[in-house]
Amino acid sequence: MQYEAPTTVDQAVALLKNSGNASKVLAGGTDLLVQLRSGMIEPELIVDIKKIPEVRSILKEDGKFRVGAVVTGAELGEHGDLKAAWPGVVEAAELIGSTQIQGRASLGGNLCNASPAADAVPALVAAGAICMIAGPNGRRELPVGAICTGPGQTSLSPGEFVVSFLFPIPKPRSGDAYLRFIPRTEMDIAVVGVGIHITLDAENVCVDARVAVGAVAPTVLLVEESAAALVGTMVDDASIDKMIAAVRDSCDPIDDKRGTVVYRTQVAGVLAGRVCRIALQRTRRHE
Amino acid sequence: MAIVTKRVSDEREAEEQNFNWVGTRAVRPDGVDKVTGRAKFGADLHLPNMLVGKMLRSPHAHARILSIDISSAEKLPGVKAIVTREDFSDLASEFVPAGEMMVNYRDITRNVMAREKVLYEGHALAAVAAVNAIVAREALALIQVDYEVLPHVLDVVEAMKPEAVLIQEDLLTDGADPPADKPSNIAKRVEFGHGDIETGFAKADVIVEREFNTRPVHQGYIEPHACVASVSEDGQAELWCSTQGHYVVRGHCARILGMDVAKLRVTASEIGGGFGGKTVVYLEPVALALSRKACQPVKMVMTREEVFKASGPASGANMRVKIGATRDGRITAGEAILHYQAGAFQGSPVPPGAQCAFAPYDLEHVRAVGFDVLVNRPKVAAYRAPGAPISEYAVESVVDEVAKKLNIDPIEFRLKNASREGTKASHGPKFGPIGLVETLEAAQAHDHYQSPLQPGQGRGVASGYWFNIGGQSSVTLNTSEDGTVALVVGTPDIGGSRASLGMMVAEELGVELDKVRPMIGDTSSLGYNFLTGGSRTTFATGKVAVDAARDLVSQLRERAAKIWDVPVGDILWHNGEALQKNGRGGPTETLSFRDLAESMGKTGGPLVGQASENVQGAAPSFGTHVVDVDVDRETGRVEILRYTVVQDAGKAIHPSYVEGQYQGGAVQGIGWALNEEYIYDSEGRLENAGFLDYRMPVCSDVPMIDTVIVEVPNPAHPYGVKGVGETPIVPPLAAISNAVANALGIRFSELPMSPPRVLAAIAAASSSK
Repeated sequence: MQYEAPTTVDQAVALLKNSGNASKVLAGGTDLLVQLRSGMIEPELIVDIKKIPEVRSILKEDGKFRVGAVVTGAELGEHGDLKAAWPGVVEAAELIGSTQIQGRASLGGNLCNASPAADAVPALVAAGAICMIAGPNGRRELPVGAICTGPGQTSLSPGEFVVSFLFPIPKPRSGDAYLRFIPRTEMDIAVVGVGIHITLDAENVCVDARVAVGAVAPTVLLVEESAAALVGTMVDDASIDKMIAAVRDSCDPIDDKRGTVVYRTQVAGVLAGRVCRIALQRTRRHE
Repeated sequence: MAIVTKRVSDEREAEEQNFNWVGTRAVRPDGVDKVTGRAKFGADLHLPNMLVGKMLRSPHAHARILSIDISSAEKLPGVKAIVTREDFSDLASEFVPAGEMMVNYRDITRNVMAREKVLYEGHALAAVAAVNAIVAREALALIQVDYEVLPHVLDVVEAMKPEAVLIQEDLLTDGADPPADKPSNIAKRVEFGHGDIETGFAKADVIVEREFNTRPVHQGYIEPHACVASVSEDGQAELWCSTQGHYVVRGHCARILGMDVAKLRVTASEIGGGFGGKTVVYLEPVALALSRKACQPVKMVMTREEVFKASGPASGANMRVKIGATRDGRITAGEAILHYQAGAFQGSPVPPGAQCAFAPYDLEHVRAVGFDVLVNRPKVAAYRAPGAPISEYAVESVVDEVAKKLNIDPIEFRLKNASREGTKASHGPKFGPIGLVETLEAAQAHDHYQSPLQPGQGRGVASGYWFNIGGQSSVTLNTSEDGTVALVVGTPDIGGSRASLGMMVAEELGVELDKVRPMIGDTSSLGYNFLTGGSRTTFATGKVAVDAARDLVSQLRERAAKIWDVPVGDILWHNGEALQKNGRGGPTETLSFRDLAESMGKTGGPLVGQASENVQGAAPSFGTHVVDVDVDRETGRVEILRYTVVQDAGKAIHPSYVEGQYQGGAVQGIGWALNEEYIYDSEGRLENAGFLDYRMPVCSDVPMIDTVIVEVPNPAHPYGVKGVGETPIVPPLAAISNAVANALGIRFSELPMSPPRVLAAIAAASSSK
């Protein structure tokens, strides 16, 4: 097994392109190293992208945040402006692992590991974040929700990797939130995770909503019917109940060691209601 | 953190006021090494030319081994030795003690290396020693095993059915009445009790009978099993391993490998937790067999997955408990029928489970029947008060329900029926000075029990009992020429015993604690020592250490008498110095320990204090726990809000470590009650062999556990010590279940009370309304 730590995006792309499917991108390594040690994967080449400055920085472009793919949960949590703009995304990233893991685990790694239960992904999807992807044919952009195609599977072509995430400018009366359910209080994997982003107009009517649910299907679901239940309403109890019902209708989970179909479906709705109320409160946070 | 002491006599009280070390919170001697990473655990030893040993394990829950072909693996460059069943002789059925449980040599030899069949996923069936881990793994992949896969059974009730697949084809139930005439998976039937339960139930105004199911749980020690073995060409052997008892390991390994016991020297490493699970052997005989074949040292270390799949859990169980009581709150009869999983080989802790079930109660009519049942899971190993948390969970749940039916406060109800000094225990003996009533009274008076609950919250109470044991210990005190002492003991230090043993010796010698260096000697340095288990070390090794110190003091007095040329009877030992009783002349007025140590070469040679004994008189410890919970009605998640442990320690030599035992037992019990379980697929393969999905509590899951140390001294120990390490895991299961019942009005009879199970019960209860 070969280890490389390129310092530019182009070098990384060249290494990955030449090795085809026998390579793995190393970001924080909190999933990859576990998979390596347990013998789940045996790559010939590991490309450590942490030495590339672009993937480690948080920048502002025309008022929009651009967050490098290997910025860690701890760094996100300490970035006051980003936290103020996208509290749901930051709180989701900060839930991953323990304090020690937080020093390593990254948004890009959490996304590209392609676990249906990844904590950051529902929040990123709800936020409408866009991935900047580098590859042999140059750069392209893709919404976060289009990256994962199934457990452990992504739409990235050989040689491609995620460089950064671009977040829209949050509207004045908007808010996002993320909650997950785990049997413990930390150091666990989501049985269900829900990220919601809502925007109100001056009359407190919901003009935009994005409801994303994790761990209830092979990939994170963006539930259009739930969004539709909120848009045009004052986000009152009745519309939240409709939103919850639509979340439960959309769930297509499996029975496994972390939860049953019945339990996941039920709790997805419970969390959706709780997350929606937190997001709603946050729409007023700048007032 | 409070200490409530009930003193046996004024004389004791006077004595206690003069203690320099006993009862203080001294700094532990092994602390710096542990926090700096210097301490050597099982996997930390490296020897020249050391090979890496790896185990091939069964992918099947139950299969006959048709053949094992190692020929290709043997040819792989870098492979130095391979062992299979061919390298281990068969042993006859013979039971020997291992902690509080028994093990059988016929079974151990099959558990460390499968013979006719593999009996659970993860069962070892070949091992390779190679120059490195990569080669060892490649060699494992080259070993060809032909299996005839057999049906398997994991559930204890299924395993008892007549049509169940037989795990041991020739097993006849021991103790069955009438005697068993055909094989089954039921290895043993035991019965304890007295009186006539039918008479007792006839007198009852209220009878509650319930069925309970609990799941196997793992001890969850943070350090995986690990060892290094080195066997020389002439058959002399060394073994370093993480164990609760290196003498016991020595005995098992010598028997399994057909060696003279004295040819094998075993050194216990620092131990990263055992909780009973490191009282048996897994890797050690295999590493020795590999080293014997390769004539090179071999290290073996389990992965976490191997720990879960192949080392001992505690039993899962199915139980039925029936209790009757009169309207005024007196229990008239109690009955428990217990079915415990043994794993693939007989020997579940159902006998102690049956003995402990009703121990907290003074009953005229009581009966506990236990069945030891084989299933296709790893052989169970001791886990903190083996067997007791399970049976007492069922009994304490029913006790709570009876008290509720009678509208009597649960502590009041227990006080009305509590075992006291002189009570004939349900398992036979008459109790000596026990502290159950004192723990109940202290719990009742505690601020926790008196504080109000918020709406929706629930409070639960349960008591618990464990026997504790004594046993063989041998201790040596080697005096250095400057008056410092090496305290050498043979019981590995799991819970701070080097500190407490050192404190007792410093107290006896009258020296500063840092002049006594406690350490764990290897098996050749001391007489036989039974293992650290049964909460025996501070009690039994502690008593022997005190005796060794008293032996040394008597020698010191003799030396002083010789120097002063006076009868030894005229010499007193006080605060680390020899004094003359009458104050009359000698060259100096006093002779300090240091003076006597410096001159020992001239006064008779080395000063060595020694004592060896099979210590009797272990006293049981009772505890009472109080816990408050809240339940998220929408997700089924139970939160522990407040937790208080009250337990009798006899005498807390080092209160901080006693409190640590109380807190640790409570936390392990919380995991057992709420989330820990093994999840198998339909083929009998474990799906959650890791700490991510086998959910032990993390720090943030539990509140600070409050503790109250009750001290009702044990007259058989010089300072009154009772073992404290195991009782704390007994009450939590029922205490939490009782608290959940109090919060929700729903009584659970199945563990763990995991969120899906709790939410389903809430849904069922609301739909039935």
